[in-house]
Amino acid sequence: MIDFAEPRDLAAYVLMALGLAFDLVGCIGLVRLPDVYNRLQAGTKCVTLGTFLLLLGVVVRFGLGAMGWKALLCVWFVAMTSPTAAHAIARAAHRSGVPLAPGSVLDRYREDGDARDGAEQDDAVHQGSMP
Amino acid sequence: MNALELLMAGLLLASGLCLWRAWLGPTAADRAVSVDLLGILMVGFCAVLTVQTGKDLYMVVGLAWALVAFVGSLALAKHLEGRRFDD
Repeated sequence: MIDFAEPRDLAAYVLMALGLAFDLVGCIGLVRLPDVYNRLQAGTKCVTLGTFLLLLGVVVRFGLGAMGWKALLCVWFVAMTSPTAAHAIARAAHRSGVPLAPGSVLDRYREDGDARDGAEQDDAVHQGSMP
Repeated sequence: MNALELLMAGLLLASGLCLWRAWLGPTAADRAVSVDLLGILMVGFCAVLTVQTGKDLYMVVGLAWALVAFVGSLALAKHLEGRRFDD
């Protein structure tokens, strides 16, 4: 439980409230933005930082004991996995042909991806034509 | 309703927004994004539960949940891309 008379608990609660604010902003962005890619970038970054702050609240509240080290391990794991998952989903969405929002002006990944897919096709043709 | 229950109510509101996006998301990629975010939000929920109860167990649940959400997101992304899981 939280006891607001203790400064350590108060600091932990402030961190967790900040984390909740970041989570809420990320989820509002997830609902409001027009495009899969915009939603990914709003949602993933804000929610990852919000979860960081919630877990750091656990570290501040309990100190670096068993719980604190597990919370730090959680922070490290979320920091490693969340951008990877977001990148995989963005690439999959782009390759499965999800269109960009109508106001978008630049699609660098399509230019690069088309060039690389063309190279792969050339390789395939080349291998197919070998005796 | 104490302060930590207020935090939990806010996290439930955020999860509800994620579920709203999963309900109306026009493409399958939107639903994959919202499920991925739900996994990360639940890790934060486990952190709040740890402070609420003072038990070590919920942090372990959060750790395992982060791992399972990551693997699930990767599997969904592979499926969206139209490749097999061992590709």
